[in-house]
Amino acid sequence: MYVAVKGGEAAIENAHSWLDEIRRGDTDVPELGIAQIRNQLALAVDRVMAEGSLYDPDLAALAIKQSRGDLIEAIFLIRAYRTTLPRFGSSRPIKTENMACMRRISATFKDVPGGQVLGPTFDYTHRLLDFKLAAEGSAEPALKAPAQADEVKPHITSFLNDEGLIQSEPQNDQTPPDLTREPLELPASRALRLQALTRGDEGFVLGMGYSTQRGYGRNHAFVGELRIGNVAVEVDIPELGFAVEIADIEITECETVNQFTGSKTEPPQFTRGYGLVFGQSERKAISMALVDRALRWKELGEDDTGAPAQDEEFVLYHCDNIQATGFVEHIKLPHYVDFQAELELVRKLRREANAAREAAE
Amino acid sequence: MSSDYNFAYLDEQTKRMIRRALLKGVAIPGYQVPFASREMPMPYGWGTGGVQVTAACLLPDDTLKVIDQGADDTTNAVSIRKFFEKTASVSVTEETTEATVIQTRHRIPETPLTEGQILVYQVPIPEPLRFLEPRETETRKMHALEEYGLMHVKLYEDIARHGHIATAYAYPVKVEGRYVMDPSPIPKFDNPKMEMAGLQLFGAGREQRIYAVPPYTRVVSLDFEDHPFERGGAQQPCGLCAATDAYLDEVIMDDIGTRMFVCSDTDYCRKRREVGHVGEMGVPKAEDAA
Repeated sequence: MYVAVKGGEAAIENAHSWLDEIRRGDTDVPELGIAQIRNQLALAVDRVMAEGSLYDPDLAALAIKQSRGDLIEAIFLIRAYRTTLPRFGSSRPIKTENMACMRRISATFKDVPGGQVLGPTFDYTHRLLDFKLAAEGSAEPALKAPAQADEVKPHITSFLNDEGLIQSEPQNDQTPPDLTREPLELPASRALRLQALTRGDEGFVLGMGYSTQRGYGRNHAFVGELRIGNVAVEVDIPELGFAVEIADIEITECETVNQFTGSKTEPPQFTRGYGLVFGQSERKAISMALVDRALRWKELGEDDTGAPAQDEEFVLYHCDNIQATGFVEHIKLPHYVDFQAELELVRKLRREANAAREAAE
Repeated sequence: MSSDYNFAYLDEQTKRMIRRALLKGVAIPGYQVPFASREMPMPYGWGTGGVQVTAACLLPDDTLKVIDQGADDTTNAVSIRKFFEKTASVSVTEETTEATVIQTRHRIPETPLTEGQILVYQVPIPEPLRFLEPRETETRKMHALEEYGLMHVKLYEDIARHGHIATAYAYPVKVEGRYVMDPSPIPKFDNPKMEMAGLQLFGAGREQRIYAVPPYTRVVSLDFEDHPFERGGAQQPCGLCAATDAYLDEVIMDDIGTRMFVCSDTDYCRKRREVGHVGEMGVPKAEDAA
């Protein structure tokens, strides 16, 4: 006798407690603290903040702990939390030229006002496993030039702009739309595209950026400038009549300088791509700038070569990893009913095809 | 969790935004209304659209039923029902006739709905033309111009190739003679039930679309005069309750592949057994102590 399987509720509860147990792992091993994750897995924390669109390193660290290190799951936790938060205002635009840079490099000029600052980069490390680190990881304090918040480091593209060699960005004081409060409708403004890209999946944006370099919408990019450091966030307080600094956040900014031979509407000049990401993520910021530049073909009067990275609809609809992982993974949910319908259809079609074949023989 | 969140989880502003979209949807049956879907504490693909629509409809006096694949006890149905028990403290039921709001994935209950009941569908891809034209910018234009030729060509090609329209679920319908609509992935067996007394609301969270079919609206499954829509359905009665008018799940019973066919609508099946219907592989309800 067949009895329909019951007990979904108990199974779910047991699954959750098993998950808790396995997350903690061997209890003889000390438990990870939020401060440890925040300090020692800082780049993971940064990614979760960037793609979660919420600047809160402690919550991001908590999400990483809760998700057992699955960063997309952690981003999801942050997003679900973020969506419940009230919007009480918007900040003034941050001034990245005032950034207290821990790193600032240009690939287009050997030296620049304000100087090149290498900063704590993996770039010239030899990727040899450091077995000492497996035992103990005490690091000596490093020699470093102090980051100077008061020293203005002008954007390198501004030097090109003085000569009129690079396309100037139109000023726009419109409040940018909020992707998380309004449905995405196309065509999207550049502000909205950048918003989608900065919270887009690092891997997806990387792949898209890479594809432009390999010829799918090639745009000949140089890293004009890449800078990492802290900037102040200011909010206008109407009652006071002036802006108040409410936070100091770490960001990565990348401006690409792209070769451009001109189009029907635009003279030969350099053009720009822009990437801005919470925390330290050069890979994401550079990729974002490449994709941003590729998506600007229409305003620059370029041809649509049909490359994926030029396709706004393709990029914007597929760059969000929370949407993507949800829909991809949902096919593991029960589909008995649809499958049954397909089963009946395929059986019927086969029956008829076989009958037709037999009749022919 | 229950005390920390607003009634039915969403804040009132968000619910108002969703209700506006719902009203627009009801006013233009079958039209996909863009809405600012929120990130819910469950993954996209798990019914975030349906959950938001349900949250916007629920009142404290409502009685909620949640089904997935026709069953109240599927894991995701259990999970969504618990979510609303926790965040809205509404009463819940497994009985179709008792519920004021029913959230469903992939089925329409066998028991006909009555006036005042709301059926909320979880929708993965709201665009019926999506598999013919991947671009949203194009499909919106096609709907605006009532340009459905592509769909008819697809159906025609099916017939030319297979002798039938080779769509078994998510079978496209035309609503009130205007919009071609995706009924969500329900089996085409359920399509004729869409002309009903209840209000049908569709929520697609990831795709940020809401649409609706008001009570007593004409819903026609697309077909041709010489190839009329075929509902399909079971070749045999339900093994437990002997129903011949219900949609059946096929269950593999043993490793030599013995099959059993049982109602996918668990409430319908149980009700029938309670009044004494017994299928070939079932036992009278009273003896079924398990």
